[in-house]
Amino acid sequence: MADKATLIVHSGDMDKVYSALIIGNGALSMGMDVSMYFTFWGLERLKKGKLDKGPLSRMNLFGLGRWMIKRRMKKKNVRSLEGLFEDFIELGGKVLACDMTMEIMGVGKEDLREGLITDYCAVGTYIKEAKESDITLFI
Amino acid sequence: MVKNMSREKSRVLKVDVLGETCPVPLVETRKAVRRADSGDTIIVKGNHPNSKKEIPMAVESLGLELVSIDEEGSNWTITIKIPEEK
Repeated sequence: MADKATLIVHSGDMDKVYSALIIGNGALSMGMDVSMYFTFWGLERLKKGKLDKGPLSRMNLFGLGRWMIKRRMKKKNVRSLEGLFEDFIELGGKVLACDMTMEIMGVGKEDLREGLITDYCAVGTYIKEAKESDITLFI
Repeated sequence: MVKNMSREKSRVLKVDVLGETCPVPLVETRKAVRRADSGDTIIVKGNHPNSKKEIPMAVESLGLELVSIDEEGSNWTITIKIPEEK
């Protein structure tokens, strides 16, 4: 069985979602199985059209910092979040949505990009997978 | 980004990641590996400095054969072979 990485994406901040997707893709590229659990503010990013809409975790400056970082990333040819998410799915990564967050935030399946979500789950699923994982991160 | 060169028994797949940065060279290499069959060769061309070190790490983790790493200025070419039983 392949080594496994399990990531919790709790933050919806753009920079943290970038880190999560880069790590997830890196682990898949190294031959690991990867599951990403989207919860709380992270779940927001699974809503239709919201993947790259998060603020910066620091120096957002009401969106100015975010705009500057995005511009620099484009100049440096950094792959977009959407591109990284597509890569993640293509390489066989699993996307899990926390159903409790969905209830708290009043998010229905129809609000999310259902085609990309492998499953809806709760903490038990995460613990079970984390126990079998070589890497687990809370982002 | 991946081109199929010949369709003999074993193939050569080319991955062009010139100008691409982390994690794209690694990701595109992995995509090519998934597409390749036993005995196929993958040639990755790029210039992202760390990927030159990291693609060989992935090759090792995936149990593939690292044939060569060639450098020309800041550009590098990594040749990978998929063992007979992948």
